[in-house]
Amino acid sequence: MNDEVEPKVSDTGTGAPQATEPEPPPPPSLWHTTLRDIASGHAMVAFLSVILAVLVGSVMILATDEQVRSAAGYIGARPSDFFEAVWEAISGAYAALFRGAIYNGEAELFETRIRPLTETLKFSGPLIAAGLGVGLAFRAGLFNIGGRGQMLLAGAAAGWVAVSVELPTVLHLPLAVAAGVLAGALWAGIVGLLKARTGAHEVIVTIMLNYVGFYLVFYALSRQGLLQAPGSGNPKSAAMPESAVLPKLLGDRFNLHFGFVLALVAVALVWWLLNRSALGFRFRAVGENPEAARAAGIDVGRTYTVVMLIAGGLVGLAGVNQVLGTVTSGVTVDLDAGIGFDAITVALLGRSRPLGILAAGLLFGALKSGGFAMSASEGIPVDIVLVVQSLIVLFIAAPPLVRAMFHLPKRGATA
Amino acid sequence: MTLELRGITKRFGTLVANDRISLTVEPGEIHALLGENGAGKSTLMNVLYGLYHADEGEIFLDGVPQRFAGPGDAIAAGIGMVHQHFMLVPVFTVAENVMLGNESTGIAGTLDVDAARRRVREISDRFGFHVNPDALVENLPVGVQQRVEIIKALSRDAKVLVFDEPTAVLTPQETDELMEIMRQLKESGAAIVFISHKLREVRAIADRITVIRRGAVVGEASPTASNAELAALMVGRPVELTVHKEPAKPGAEALVVEDLRVVDDSGHVHLDSISFSIAAGEVLGVAGVQGNGQTELTEAILGLQHHVEGSIRLEGRELVGRSVRRVLDAGVGLIPEDRQVDGLITGFTIAENLMLNRSRSKPFNRMGTIQRKVLEQFANEKLVEYDVRAPGIAATAGQLSGGNQQKVVVARELSRDLRLLVAAQPTRGVDVGSIEFIHKQVVATRDKGVPVLLVSTELDEIAALSDRIMVLYRGRVVGIVPADTPRETLGLMMAGERPEGSAA
Amino acid sequence: MSTTTEIPVPANAEGIGTATSTRGLLKTPILFAVVTLLVLLLVALKSRRGETTFRLAVDTDLFELPEVAVSSTAGTTTMVVLLAVCTAVSAVLVSRGRRTPLWLIAVFSVFAMTGFLCWAAAGEAVPVIGLLGGSIALAVPLVFGALGGVLGERAGVVNIAIDGQLLFGAFAAALIGSMAGSSWGGLVAAMLAGAMVALALGFFTITYFVDQVIVGVVLNVLVIGLTSFLFSQVMAENPQGLNNPPHFSRIPIPLLGEIPVVGPVLFRQTILVYLMYAAVAVVAWALYRTKWGLRVRAVGEHPKAADTVGIKVNRTRYTTLLIGGLIAGAGGATYTLVAVPQFGREMTDGAGYIALAAVIFGRWDPIRATLAALLFGFATNLSGVLSVLGSPVPSQFMLMLPYIVTIVAVAGLVGHSRAPAADGIPYRKD
Repeated sequence: MNDEVEPKVSDTGTGAPQATEPEPPPPPSLWHTTLRDIASGHAMVAFLSVILAVLVGSVMILATDEQVRSAAGYIGARPSDFFEAVWEAISGAYAALFRGAIYNGEAELFETRIRPLTETLKFSGPLIAAGLGVGLAFRAGLFNIGGRGQMLLAGAAAGWVAVSVELPTVLHLPLAVAAGVLAGALWAGIVGLLKARTGAHEVIVTIMLNYVGFYLVFYALSRQGLLQAPGSGNPKSAAMPESAVLPKLLGDRFNLHFGFVLALVAVALVWWLLNRSALGFRFRAVGENPEAARAAGIDVGRTYTVVMLIAGGLVGLAGVNQVLGTVTSGVTVDLDAGIGFDAITVALLGRSRPLGILAAGLLFGALKSGGFAMSASEGIPVDIVLVVQSLIVLFIAAPPLVRAMFHLPKRGATA
Repeated sequence: MTLELRGITKRFGTLVANDRISLTVEPGEIHALLGENGAGKSTLMNVLYGLYHADEGEIFLDGVPQRFAGPGDAIAAGIGMVHQHFMLVPVFTVAENVMLGNESTGIAGTLDVDAARRRVREISDRFGFHVNPDALVENLPVGVQQRVEIIKALSRDAKVLVFDEPTAVLTPQETDELMEIMRQLKESGAAIVFISHKLREVRAIADRITVIRRGAVVGEASPTASNAELAALMVGRPVELTVHKEPAKPGAEALVVEDLRVVDDSGHVHLDSISFSIAAGEVLGVAGVQGNGQTELTEAILGLQHHVEGSIRLEGRELVGRSVRRVLDAGVGLIPEDRQVDGLITGFTIAENLMLNRSRSKPFNRMGTIQRKVLEQFANEKLVEYDVRAPGIAATAGQLSGGNQQKVVVARELSRDLRLLVAAQPTRGVDVGSIEFIHKQVVATRDKGVPVLLVSTELDEIAALSDRIMVLYRGRVVGIVPADTPRETLGLMMAGERPEGSAA
Repeated sequence: MSTTTEIPVPANAEGIGTATSTRGLLKTPILFAVVTLLVLLLVALKSRRGETTFRLAVDTDLFELPEVAVSSTAGTTTMVVLLAVCTAVSAVLVSRGRRTPLWLIAVFSVFAMTGFLCWAAAGEAVPVIGLLGGSIALAVPLVFGALGGVLGERAGVVNIAIDGQLLFGAFAAALIGSMAGSSWGGLVAAMLAGAMVALALGFFTITYFVDQVIVGVVLNVLVIGLTSFLFSQVMAENPQGLNNPPHFSRIPIPLLGEIPVVGPVLFRQTILVYLMYAAVAVVAWALYRTKWGLRVRAVGEHPKAADTVGIKVNRTRYTTLLIGGLIAGAGGATYTLVAVPQFGREMTDGAGYIALAAVIFGRWDPIRATLAALLFGFATNLSGVLSVLGSPVPSQFMLMLPYIVTIVAVAGLVGHSRAPAADGIPYRKD
């Protein structure tokens, strides 16, 4: 028996071979790196994606604009008419968007002028909160498409506490908010629990729970004694009492309410959770590689449940925002106003990072606010916002496509 | 058919995986391609098979230049490949797998499964394979699956056959049978390429040996060359083929496993009646062909298996029934068999990976907040101590080579206060330099008085490091024998034959 | 050299994966028992008076079946007994290591439904023909959508965008059907629209490796935005010319259409329903019996293996996805080319997600997925019929049924479902 050892070197057989002993590459000059990062980094791709999506949106506006179409009919005879019409349609649309989202220079009073910005912030609040809920789940490797159901349950619970108990504001409001957040958390927690226990795929379960939640809330809203406004035949609750309504931030002339502040607090909390806390470290570990996390002593199933509870609570905060802040006239099944799905696009655009989600939420809030103005003054259906929003996300998700379109260098390519 | 590769160059970004490689294989010849991990053997074969496109160079068959746009072209030209990871659809039958891509059809594209069945039977009979064409592939043992791969290649009339690391999953006996098949194929006039890193097998069967290193051909050798010569050629420097270690000084029994039984969720028994013990300061090697319960054994100790009966006691404390976290807390360290799956999070930084299983406790965690300064200092120290070649602790684990990734895992586990080290395939897919380093670390751990359970499918690694050897076969202990047991005996034990007089 | 002896081997160490544990088989009888108990609870807790009448005839029948009237309590109780018998049979089979056959599950379901109806419709007449026929009509888009979904997923592409395909199909059918003045033109346009969504899905997921779930979800939102925008901006201006397609009328099939019960339910339908029958048969045959189907399944299970035998993985995925898109698009046409020939905002109302549920509940098999879609159509229709009859069960709970059933299914409480192994995983060459 010889006690030789054969140097054992089984090929992994997959993909490109790794260099046997790569020397650490010399650090590239800082200047060079910075330039590259801007050109090939995410910020550039995000920016270009927004541009591309807006361009497509513009083409849609033009293609359906009456004046433009009729001028196009005789473009050969009088091209100037056509370009004039194009300019009018486009400049009108974007001016209206800006007036609706940021600053209305046409208004008399200063208050009315800055009102659009406060509207943008108002719309951003729930988008940010729900976006955090989706983004946090993403970081733990879970796809939370259940925003709609979680918001509905949260809104219904918050609304129920608001209309069915009488308390002074200092107790009533926090209680109603807490009830909403808790309901959202529990509804999403079901998903985490099912995934942990049975391996049920969260994409399917969240989608299905959206509908279950919808019919459940619908049922509660159509039953006297549950949530339906007393004496009413409509599926709607009574209006929220004053004591449970989120206070206005800038006085009664503006709609901006305390929900926005709650959303900002949520951003800070999630940032700390993901970047500084040990719990968040484990969330990310599970998200990146559940097998390795398990071998490192992390209870993956419990992590899924905990993550979904927190994510659902955040989305629930968005529901609370709607019911106790934005639309206080009563709970309806439309309370989510599409935010449950918008949150997915917000999270994707913000790359599931809290600050990114904050920025993306503000952007989509502005689009929403401006979209309404565009529809009111220019007659452009507000659905254009949905189109632009989804296109942004599609482009962002495919950086190579955007790079190819703008002839940017490839990521990681050598100069 | 004569295969000739001329000046094949293949680059991935800045990395040159194949550098002007030339190679000729004649009909009726077995040509071995020898090289260590990452030397570029698999890349070369993927080029030959049309999976990659060479940046430079040409492929000739019988002197005619070939252009392969994909595997379909290579197959049509008469090239067949027996892949290291079998390219079989598990939920298909043998016949379906064999006909896939080469289907005979009736009216309107209807499959003619009977024709495929006949073809399987015919080839199977010719080589004495005994393969049932209607068996589902996922129900077949690996050895039989490999035969299905061979049938697949032969059913397409392959004249050039490539065997990519074919013996990795076979028992020594199955390996002998495979070699017999290869000889038969050679006699029938096929040109055979045999890719391996196992010197002994290459010497046993090859007519010619080409050695490649870092993507380039470094020489040809004859099968009569010695192991040391081949190893030096392969690695590029004289390799120390022995591991220096003092005789073990076993202390008290530290790990005692009794009547261990592991069943999976669908009711299969993976381990049964396993009993053994390891003393402090002793390495127990677990030998066996892959898939005979080794994975389940390490997972059972770690608490990763759900249905475990029996007892695993470490220094008197029962581990069965504990969560993974509490097993780790008891001082068990694990070098998992697949670092990319269980050992590391490739998207995390080196520092984060070093903290992976210690994020709950001091010094890294205070009141739920991660102590980043502490972690940074710790990580920088370990980088130096364990000779991890990396741009820095903020580099992600995915950026490192296999050897350096493994060193990160080793650093993490050995820097804890260990009462037991479980090392599963600690040097799989790792370069020779790292192998030497990791082996030294394992021996050093033993010498500190820690019991070590070493699992490896490489018999030589087991023989070199172990103080005693336990052989597993189909979930049972065949025997526990001294480290100097002859290789032939171990080989027979790996096939399930119990040596007389040994205790099970 | 030492002599050797064979060591004993654990009984089921060979043939890994062959033995199915009784634990898995037990689920069916347990579920049967739970359902039986539930129906029993209905009578026990809230016994209902009066007779339940089942109307089985329509005037086009060859011969007329009489109405069946039973006492509500007696009817339900009888059914509980029959359900108990089924449960017992299933339990006996499982105790002998055999699985519960599909026909027994079907029989059990019919008994359970009859028992429930006896109880729920006490004092009323259940229009059985309308109930079943309406279910088929409601299930048509679900079946088309599910078939499209099955094809995509069998090739390894998760298709969350079924809803987008249905909606875009519905829109295109209304628009082009109106402009061309032809319902066939509308159908073709719908199919092409479905394929366009599939193309977008393929472009981002296959060519650019974007996560399939993300793209699916986003495409649904995009289609909602696009169709709603065009609806308000273009269609609303000229509803007569742009949103008024000619619709398909019912075509009774001679003889078959006159068989009692079966005839009016299955064979007095529009051409779209007959196309649906054909589509189910063709997809099932193509997937399991043809060379194309073998390749599609190989690509969905083990793309690398398919690649190494010369199959173009991504091309196969594209074509399969596109064919699935054509089929799903046809489902969209049912919204605008049948009863109410008019497009409306978000008119599919998430039906695509029910179709997706049918794909999963049907375990990625065209026939089972079709049956699941029919079941979901039945549940939806039943809720409508019961609310007309004034049933004690709120319609919302009936409408929840498909979704709850799907959750139960994916949680593995009923049978074990295994998705194609490479479902959802992009194929990269290197």
